[in-house]
Amino acid sequence: MDGGERIAGAGRVVVQEAPFEPADMLRDFARGRGDVGAVVSFTGLVRDADSGPLVTMQIEHYPGMTERAIGRMVEEAMRRWQLADCLVIHRYGEMRKGDVIMMVATAARHRADAFAAAEFLMDYLKSRAPFWKKELTEDGAEWVAAREADEEALRRW
Amino acid sequence: MIDVLYFAWVRERIGLPREQVETQARTVAELVEELKARDPRYAAAFADVSALRAAVDQDLVDDFSASIEGAREVAFFPPMTGG
Repeated sequence: MDGGERIAGAGRVVVQEAPFEPADMLRDFARGRGDVGAVVSFTGLVRDADSGPLVTMQIEHYPGMTERAIGRMVEEAMRRWQLADCLVIHRYGEMRKGDVIMMVATAARHRADAFAAAEFLMDYLKSRAPFWKKELTEDGAEWVAAREADEEALRRW
Repeated sequence: MIDVLYFAWVRERIGLPREQVETQARTVAELVEELKARDPRYAAAFADVSALRAAVDQDLVDDFSASIEGAREVAFFPPMTGG
């Protein structure tokens, strides 16, 4: 995979339309590091809408701000936890049920840092990265509403 | 002149993704008032500002009293749904 912005220190953010294979990304991410004892990853998939079976999902984003906002989250995670590396890949455009939307991976000497940083990044990506999901079902198209629980999740950080 | 960008249902209600706006507004809130006065589409999109978020030069603002003086672009959108 090409592209992705290297962030000061470490960490990489990739925002792309193209599909990717999380297992390949994870293998490359974890490869050949003597300083890492723990790698945690999260993969987000397209699922059916709450209102019924999904036909397609459309994800819109704000080019420029997206990379900038996620880059800041990664920098913050690298500051708060002892991380060796960090990777965020997030797609936009049209997707179908079961498709991979995004992944987060964190690498650390010990697992507690890797788990905490991955959760922090997921919580922030949910409601502070400028993406908007629109679900198309048999009943029509609808923008996904933000959930109060997602906003609530940010308070613990 | 300032670039004003719209995303998701805000873009759909207004009917365009971005435009250049001549404005005297000093804050996001003042810009919203100017836009609302233009046309019913804007009035509909901005009817409930509590449902909206804004970014000034690609930084999310905490509230609409944020300054836009010297800004190149202001964006309006619903709460984000990433991840």
